[in-house]
Amino acid sequence: MVAIVTTVAVLSGLTGFLALLLILAESVVANYGECTIEINKKKKLEVIGGSSLLSLLDEHGIYLASACGGRGSCGYCKCTVLDGGGPVLPTEKPFLSIEEQEADVRLACQIKVKNDIFIKIPEEIFNIQQYKATVQKIIDLTYDIKELHLKLFEPPEINFKAGQYVQLQTPAYEKSRQPVSRAYSISSSPEHNDHIELIIRRVPDGICTTYVFDYLREGDSIEFTGPFGDFYIRETEADMIFVAGGSGKAPIKAMVELLHSQNSRRRMAYLFGARTKKDLYYTELFDEFQKKMQNFTFVPILSNPEEDSEWKGKTGFIPAYLNDYIKDPEKTEAYLCGSPGMIAAVEKKLLELNIPKDKIYYDSFA
Amino acid sequence: MEISPLIIFLAAIFTSNILLTNFLGMCSYLSVSRQIESSFGLGLAVFFVLTLTTAINYVVYHYLLIPFDLVYLRYIIFIVVIAAFVQLTEMVIERISPVLYYTLGIFLPLITVNCAILGVSLFMVIRDYNFLQSVLFGAGSGLGWLLAILALAGIRERIRYKFVPVGLQGAGMSLIVTGIMALAFIGFSGIVVIQ
Repeated sequence: MVAIVTTVAVLSGLTGFLALLLILAESVVANYGECTIEINKKKKLEVIGGSSLLSLLDEHGIYLASACGGRGSCGYCKCTVLDGGGPVLPTEKPFLSIEEQEADVRLACQIKVKNDIFIKIPEEIFNIQQYKATVQKIIDLTYDIKELHLKLFEPPEINFKAGQYVQLQTPAYEKSRQPVSRAYSISSSPEHNDHIELIIRRVPDGICTTYVFDYLREGDSIEFTGPFGDFYIRETEADMIFVAGGSGKAPIKAMVELLHSQNSRRRMAYLFGARTKKDLYYTELFDEFQKKMQNFTFVPILSNPEEDSEWKGKTGFIPAYLNDYIKDPEKTEAYLCGSPGMIAAVEKKLLELNIPKDKIYYDSFA
Repeated sequence: MEISPLIIFLAAIFTSNILLTNFLGMCSYLSVSRQIESSFGLGLAVFFVLTLTTAINYVVYHYLLIPFDLVYLRYIIFIVVIAAFVQLTEMVIERISPVLYYTLGIFLPLITVNCAILGVSLFMVIRDYNFLQSVLFGAGSGLGWLLAILALAGIRERIRYKFVPVGLQGAGMSLIVTGIMALAFIGFSGIVVIQ
């Protein structure tokens, strides 16, 4: 009996003592106290150190883009750290080019704030907020693409540029124990700032798309952050070539809708690539634009038209048709949205056709 | 038998190298030996943890476990002490060198289950070392481990640009290299007997 008591007492005494020691160490060694995050030399945040820069900015309503949620696997949360960020970590290096490393660009999710830190972020990021919205409508565009209408209620308005994207947040549900966020381009025109539309293509076993397809119902509420991205119309007089594939129509639709209501007279061609006829959507809408807008041409191209589908349009792949729609390469801007493979192929062709590299804008999604 | 602590120290590094003669602490040895830089960091961390946990475990063993007749609990107690100490080391490293912290990654907390560290504490008990002998044995073993992992990292950095048959790439080649190094080290055994 005595042996049992002494054993338990010694064992718990020792482990208790060690635990106490660790708690003390935690409060001394791992306590980084109050730190200041100075943003763009004007805004100052008082924070408790010890967490990642990304999460601290998040807590203060400044939303850097992040698709992976701070795990260091997407490389979106880049910002310039002028001072106080410590050396570049091995976990960041794969995401930073040499130029970026020289320009003090870092990944905000990997930097732990341990002292006062001075950072620089683009002004637009202050515009990025967390929004709550109600699902107004879910429309089937094709067998695997849905259009989502979201009516904002808090805050009630969003200011974005046609072509930008938001990060939709999926709450924890059967498929995922943690909330997950994924990026989707806004497909509605920025002229309506009380609601947005998204085009979502089903990804087999995708956490976010499965939620949208199988769980989300009209009337539910959902949260998103945004707007993000530098894929938007450049205000010039140059001709425009739009190229999209799959669900890549979303940002282009927003752009064309805006140009339409602005009565833009810029010369535009929109090449849309799909596999079969049943992958096509919005065809009537764009035919309508083509009728109403003097200088807009819509060219759907099927890579795999079935024999009996009576497809009279163009077949094959987009790069083969680009040349037909370019008049003056020096005065042409290209806006591409689609899979990385498609973008690479189209960009290569555009460069061959002498479109300047800095006039090719794209939004690539994997 | 009273052996000079200094001899134990030197023997632990060279003739009775914990890794190359006892083959303890292999997992992190094989995984973090790709670059000299990070293996040096891990080696230092192991050296540090090994030296101090041996000292602490000596005190715990002789002033807590023996008086209360709890020697049979030494495995659990040693592991608990090592775990707490590694946790502490982790906090300190994260504070002073984030680069090393991220380079070592998961292997830093895994020092807890590095068998070399528990092994040294148990050898110290079995061989009945006194305090000074134990501490120097711990420090020597740590340096020996550092030496072994540095040697392997150096060789692996060179092997990277050499032809290695597909089936032997990675761990296979590392084990062969380790075996050959162990042969060389075992050649010293018998010069000094430390147990």
